[in-house]
Amino acid sequence: MSKKLANLYLILVFAVLYAPIVFLIVYSFSQGETMTNYHGFTWRHYQTLFSDARMLAIVANTLLVALLSSLIATLIGTLGALGINRTTKRVTRESLLTLNNVLMVSPDVIIGASFLIFFTMLKIPLGFGSVLMSHIAFEIPIVVLMVLPRLREMSSAMLDAAEDLGATTRQLLTQVIIPFISPGIFAGFFMALTYSLDDFAVTFFVTGNGFSTLSVEIYSRARQGINLEINALSGVMFLFSLLLVGGYYWIQQASQKRKHRKREVAS
Amino acid sequence: MRAVTKRKTWLYFIPYGLWLALFVIAPVALIIYQSFFDLGHHFTLGNYSTYFQSATYLKMTLNSVWYAFLITLFTGLISYPTAYFLHQLKHRQFWLLLVILPTWINILLKAYAFIGIFSQAGLANQFLTFIGIGPQQILFTNASFIFVATYIQIPFMILPIYNAIDDLNPAFVNASRDLGASNWQTFRRVIFPLTLPGVKAGVQAVFIPSLSLFMLTRLIGGNKVITLGTAIEEHFLTTMNWGMGSTIGVILIVAMIIVMTLTGDQKPKGGAPR
Repeated sequence: MSKKLANLYLILVFAVLYAPIVFLIVYSFSQGETMTNYHGFTWRHYQTLFSDARMLAIVANTLLVALLSSLIATLIGTLGALGINRTTKRVTRESLLTLNNVLMVSPDVIIGASFLIFFTMLKIPLGFGSVLMSHIAFEIPIVVLMVLPRLREMSSAMLDAAEDLGATTRQLLTQVIIPFISPGIFAGFFMALTYSLDDFAVTFFVTGNGFSTLSVEIYSRARQGINLEINALSGVMFLFSLLLVGGYYWIQQASQKRKHRKREVAS
Repeated sequence: MRAVTKRKTWLYFIPYGLWLALFVIAPVALIIYQSFFDLGHHFTLGNYSTYFQSATYLKMTLNSVWYAFLITLFTGLISYPTAYFLHQLKHRQFWLLLVILPTWINILLKAYAFIGIFSQAGLANQFLTFIGIGPQQILFTNASFIFVATYIQIPFMILPIYNAIDDLNPAFVNASRDLGASNWQTFRRVIFPLTLPGVKAGVQAVFIPSLSLFMLTRLIGGNKVITLGTAIEEHFLTTMNWGMGSTIGVILIVAMIIVMTLTGDQKPKGGAPR
């Protein structure tokens, strides 16, 4: 009985979680102009979307910022994690971690506003550059947090062995450390990517006039009211997120399987 | 890591160090610095005295904290049972992924969906008409703001609580049952205290962002709800009074530190799927 109630509760929660998303996508196929009363199937809004040059340019911008910033953030974050892991003093490590987490816990508005002051003081023009730098900045801490646990799992015996066998620092890094922590690096990259694609508030502050990302564009269009082209866009984006989640899940599963196999070989 | 320490590898860490200095320390310092300047770029304590003497600002702050509290409360009440039941399922990793999936959908799209659902002739009003209550003004009310904010925050609360339940040693629960505790007693005396760190992490992940959700107050709340975030955005991007905006920003940072202290030294755990 209680089992049934529990399941009913879960069904209800999942229904509420997914209702708005399903609702959006269903109406992206409606012939009407508003999100009330379904008017029959059409691809028209998708056609409008794919012939909307401004929207396509913004999609390209968003993807470019997301990929570029995630790549750079993954690089800097991984190096940072290596640095934090190398510290021997507990105090240094704790304070580095605290500083690292400042941007993780700060509200978006604070990050956006303080970056805006920062760019203005340095006379850095607002646009692609400022948005890219901001995204790199708020993605670095999550990469560090994803890479650090893997670094902690790494045994020092393995590093000593590599050293005794004559590995240079570069070889140690590229052939021992990086391959071992690569699942953490991938996870960090994916998280950075989602942070970038999901961000609205920080971008909104530092974007200036000429440059726009999807979130900012959706915000300004949503303020003008319902436009089923946005529904079509959410359909496309949902498909894209599914692919991303699928990819992430696949990488996780694959790395777990590899671990499992190694353990079997070891025993 | 002795092996690496011996070598001069500090060059590798320059980018990370630069990031810490330029994008973590400098911005916080700048927002505090800016809060001491008025519109004419003169040094002043006026922003703070205006803030603490103005009934409007103080009321806005209290309101914002109150709404964030309500959002956190509702999110917690919904998320705890969800995480608990979820943990008992067979394919829980898969279901957990389904909880995470909506967080990958852009927050603006979710807010936009609710503009449609809550509109005059929208789904919610059709339902209200159907059960005989009749159409109501739903969009642009405080209730709709709290509802949508809660909806958006739920996954961020479920994840840390789920992780805490996952870390819970089932032996404790079995021991409690063996010693004759009822289900309720086991929950109240064993399960809940041991999963409290998860709840605290969830509160951290939900309460602080709830103070600053300015896009929701604009799109869903119809500017009736003013949060600290809305006020900061207004001062920075509309009235261009950066000094006052920074002052409210400093207040928000202080509020954040208070919340972090109250909820203990939790490392942020939410957001990351495991």
